[in-house]
Amino acid sequence: MAIGVKVMKRPGSETSYVRATLKGMALTLQHIFRPKVTMEYPEEKSTADWTISPRWRGTHRMLTDEQGRAKCVACGLCPQICPANCIKLVPGEDEQGNRYPLIYEIDEFRCVFCGYCQEVCPEEAIHVGVHYENSEYSRDRFVYDLERLCAQTHPVSTLWDPSDPKGE
Amino acid sequence: MTFFLISSIIKIIVVFTVIMVGVALLTLAERRICAWMQDRLGPNRVGPQGLFQPAADGLKNLLKEETLPAQADKVLFLLAPAMSFVPALLTFAVIPFATPLPTRWGDVDMVVANLPVGFLYILAFGSLGVYGIVLAGWSSNNKYSLLGGLRASAQMISYEIAMGMSTVAVLLLAGNVTLTDVIAKQSQSLFTWNVFPLSLAFFIFIVAAFAETNRLPFDLPEAEAELIAGYHTEYSAMKFSMFYIAEYANMVTASALMTTLFFGGWDIPFTQWDNTPPWTILKTVATLAAFTLKVGFFLFLYIWVRWTLPRFRYDQLMALGWKVMLPFALSYLTVIATAIWLLHDQLGWSYGTPFALALFGLNVLLAIPLFFVLDRGHLVSGSVAEEAG
Repeated sequence: MAIGVKVMKRPGSETSYVRATLKGMALTLQHIFRPKVTMEYPEEKSTADWTISPRWRGTHRMLTDEQGRAKCVACGLCPQICPANCIKLVPGEDEQGNRYPLIYEIDEFRCVFCGYCQEVCPEEAIHVGVHYENSEYSRDRFVYDLERLCAQTHPVSTLWDPSDPKGE
Repeated sequence: MTFFLISSIIKIIVVFTVIMVGVALLTLAERRICAWMQDRLGPNRVGPQGLFQPAADGLKNLLKEETLPAQADKVLFLLAPAMSFVPALLTFAVIPFATPLPTRWGDVDMVVANLPVGFLYILAFGSLGVYGIVLAGWSSNNKYSLLGGLRASAQMISYEIAMGMSTVAVLLLAGNVTLTDVIAKQSQSLFTWNVFPLSLAFFIFIVAAFAETNRLPFDLPEAEAELIAGYHTEYSAMKFSMFYIAEYANMVTASALMTTLFFGGWDIPFTQWDNTPPWTILKTVATLAAFTLKVGFFLFLYIWVRWTLPRFRYDQLMALGWKVMLPFALSYLTVIATAIWLLHDQLGWSYGTPFALALFGLNVLLAIPLFFVLDRGHLVSGSVAEEAG
């Protein structure tokens, strides 16, 4: 090489080719027989070392009351706070003056999964879920309507709590 | 004559098929062993333990789009994959892989072509393989491909000489260039396997063989970190696949060659049962198994080394080839020729276990200072220690 490559001067005891090669090969051979860290995903979804975090913010879920109605009172806070503007809410009112959502749709493609809707909800109705397997065959299946949101059964996220940052 | 033709055609078809399947499985073995070494599992989805992965890969490669660079030299570009692929397979034709198989019509040699000049044929075709790589690099009209091709040719020239020198020692012992005779000479006992009387020649040969097959730590023609993918940057689909098949076929051939030249070929150690007539089918199968096992070991060694060692720098590669391997191979050849002359012509020993053990002792004596010097790291360190400042 024409240009000055800096070559470290090392004592003989630190430089080796044969020994280092053999050492390296012994190491790689040992690794063949070690337990593997691969998690074979579709079959195993959590291992002793890893489970999905309870604070994971995935696709939404609408909680329901004892009669199976959505807890939502159509207060309009979630579409208000949503930074991605992905919640469509049309409020309605019955004869007793109870407000309920006529239309409640979340576009999961627009959603940024910030979890603000869950945080702002006064009725603890809308939640982000601990869930990540969402594939569908068409794009319009990603707009979840009220019925579908209520039908979800996955656990809901426990969001991050500033007073308990480590989740203890 | 008819019998010869028919048996040859059958042998060609069988050997070709076995090598192709072997190469396919070798790609899988490489990926799985590499994964295990990295504490992963590797591809195990397609079929049991991923056994059909190569078939899936092959299918994918057949269906992919063929690209042809606009500025490429079309003829050479299309010719190059075949040119690297064919010599890799041709070399295997002269390697004996088992004892003769007795049939109703006569014994069938378990070698596709029992050439009297088998050994020279191997050296000739072994170096032909680089043409495919150089042509691929040149015809792609891409500077990285060209650099890869240049490196391949430089590397081939540097290591071919050392490889040839190391095998001359084998020829000195065997006294013949026919590979069946080379094996017959080695099959007297375990210690007449050439790896014992010629251990250092084997060391040179194995290093040169790694360089010849462009495997790590000598995979400079590809060097994905420096040259993208070297000579096959511009290739896609099945043509790209051909280079891969050629690389693995070269590995199989080099392993078979190491087995034949240094590890007694199909010889089963500790017994004379396998190399004396009358030939039986059982002997053929047993020796074939022994041969496969030995070749398999060397293939594993190839993979093992690849996933252990980093790549040489280009000048280190050249320095190792010309300043270490070549003079070492030459002086070793001189020493071993003198020793054989002394033992054979002056003392009148005929080749056998004591002869081999005497040479083995000489090799050990030579190996101690060699590995001591090699291990001090003065031989392949940076090339410009004085100028740097």
